Amino acid sequence: MSGDAAEAVAKNAAESAPILSVGRLQMRFGGLVAVDGITFDVADKEIYAIIGPNGAGKTTVFNCISGFYKPTAGDIVFDGINIAGRSSHDIAGRGIVRTFQNVRLFRNMTVVENLLVAQHTQLKTGLLHGLLNTRAYQRSEKEALERAAFWLDKVSLREVANREAGNLSYGQQRRLEIARCMITRPQLLMLDEPAAGLNPQETVALDQLIRDLRDTCSVSVLLIEHDMSLVMEISDRILVMEYGQPIAEGTPEKVRNDPNVIRAYLGSE
Amino acid sequence: MRETTKTKILKDAFIAAAVTAVLTFPMVGMRLNVESTGLVLHKNFLWPTVAVLVVFLARLVLPFVLIPKVSVPAAWTQKAVDYKKWWLGAFVVLALVWPFTPLGSGAMVTAMTMAMIYILLALGLNIVVGYAGLLDLGHAAFYAIGAYTYALLNLHFGLGFWEALPLAGLSAGLFSILLGFPILRLRGDYLAIVTLGFGEIVRITLNNWDSLTHGPDGINNISKPTLLGYEITRRSRVEDGTTLWQALGIDYNHIYQQLVLYFIAFLLVVVAAFLISRLVKMPVGRAWEALREDEIACRSLALNPTIIKLTAFSLGCMFAGFAGAFYAAFLGSVTPASFEFIESAIILSIVVLGGMGSQRGVILAALALTLLPEFARGFAEYRMLIFGAVMVLMMVWRPQGLWPASRRRVELPS
Repeated sequence: MSGDAAEAVAKNAAESAPILSVGRLQMRFGGLVAVDGITFDVADKEIYAIIGPNGAGKTTVFNCISGFYKPTAGDIVFDGINIAGRSSHDIAGRGIVRTFQNVRLFRNMTVVENLLVAQHTQLKTGLLHGLLNTRAYQRSEKEALERAAFWLDKVSLREVANREAGNLSYGQQRRLEIARCMITRPQLLMLDEPAAGLNPQETVALDQLIRDLRDTCSVSVLLIEHDMSLVMEISDRILVMEYGQPIAEGTPEKVRNDPNVIRAYLGSE
Repeated sequence: MRETTKTKILKDAFIAAAVTAVLTFPMVGMRLNVESTGLVLHKNFLWPTVAVLVVFLARLVLPFVLIPKVSVPAAWTQKAVDYKKWWLGAFVVLALVWPFTPLGSGAMVTAMTMAMIYILLALGLNIVVGYAGLLDLGHAAFYAIGAYTYALLNLHFGLGFWEALPLAGLSAGLFSILLGFPILRLRGDYLAIVTLGFGEIVRITLNNWDSLTHGPDGINNISKPTLLGYEITRRSRVEDGTTLWQALGIDYNHIYQQLVLYFIAFLLVVVAAFLISRLVKMPVGRAWEALREDEIACRSLALNPTIIKLTAFSLGCMFAGFAGAFYAAFLGSVTPASFEFIESAIILSIVVLGGMGSQRGVILAALALTLLPEFARGFAEYRMLIFGAVMVLMMVWRPQGLWPASRRRVELPS
């Protein structure tokens, strides 16, 4: 862990311990520096947003945190452990799950099967139990189905539970992807443009869903979003990026009035 | 039924009949004979015509007989399940009864036993290729490892078939883990190349490691399986041991021994088919399917792709190990020549022909590909040619296989 990240951890531990702290993150693709000097932390039960113009490197930051890219420098400390460069499934297993900009469901499987697959690591019964169809196995399968039903109710997809996921409407697919993340019982939920392609009513429902998840499931949320009304409405803090670098950070009010942010979005005179 | 479905069925039937015609007319209907006047072309189109008609009619009737299509009411699905059980029962009864009909000649029983071995191999490979979507071009290697495991255990330690069977499966599984662990971390295509190479390495090793495997001569005089603890050979291998026939008080007849071997092979197939059909419904089966669909999504949900692929690969190879052990016991000898690349190719063709991920299709295709050459010895030279033609035609017209799997869904009761 570098000195800065350690400092950041120490500083925030005084307030409320952050569950994620990113320090001086850098991602370089050959000669191109996609992300450089990104430092922020997400507190417990906080909704933290990353915004910025297209190509600012927001999704690259996501890919580094979730382990799909191996950052070239910097620290990502989650739950006191530096997870930078670890494999994606290992990071997901520690409690950081994410959605994707272009929804990635198991399209030929049914909605409920999508939720069963997500519970794979929680199902503890071994191969032998399943082969012999023991009572423990039947109970575990039944519980998995019940948990799936609970989450389908929560995102109001119960009616389409037995349909193929690929046949759902776009809004339904987005909600299913969030439910599939939540059923793994994460500590940090990362949403990559969750409102993209949603109509205004669906966006309002998404707003409520995210708050509800934070309040009832005590999950922290890190999101990338272009829909400014949604971001300003639900975020506790916002990081603004441009050309791979941070240009502002703070509460929605502070960010909204920051001259750098206004220049980045509207251009300077 | 809607008009479009009708025309589709009709079109399917015509295509199937045309394929049959292309395959049967030149191969079966025409024959070159050397006579005093030179080469004479004999034409006899009776049987090809019958075949074409049968295929055409069967294809017409099939959609009406088979399980109803998508989105049926719950009550119907229940019926379909009952129907399927009935079908399975009929298949089992047929497999048990036919040897006692006039069909059950010694040659036929032996051919069917070989077919059972191929079913077992193909069911195993179907896990790897069909369910997990990994291309394995060296399945015969694990078949060989199973066969040699039993042969060596029998030769050196005198282990019987039933004691060695789990060990043969384990050793094939263990080798597959050693091979798969480094390879399955990489992208999919590498497995095909590595297994292809591994198949050759195993065969060449068996061929050259004289001190262990006796080289090209192989290992002979391997014990046959016992039945209920009795030997099924003419004379007991141990002194004053009792054979099954002495215990039953009947005279030894070679066909009895063949029958017992056939039933043991059938038993292995039934057990394998049952275990695999359970595996597919279990969490691990769902994970295989999810991984085939979207590996990145799986990783983001904490599923470890390497481990999941490895379970499929090692389980599939384990069944090849079982098949190998039975093969060694059945023939009584193993030689490296039995495990050439062509064996891997045949097993893979069976899986592709039957329908990847479809157990019933794989069983059907295994029967077809192993029994047809028995019936049609006359044009054995054309076997590979027909194989190739069938494969190409299948890829063009029916990539989902002869009898594709209907996906088994988990339903949430409302």
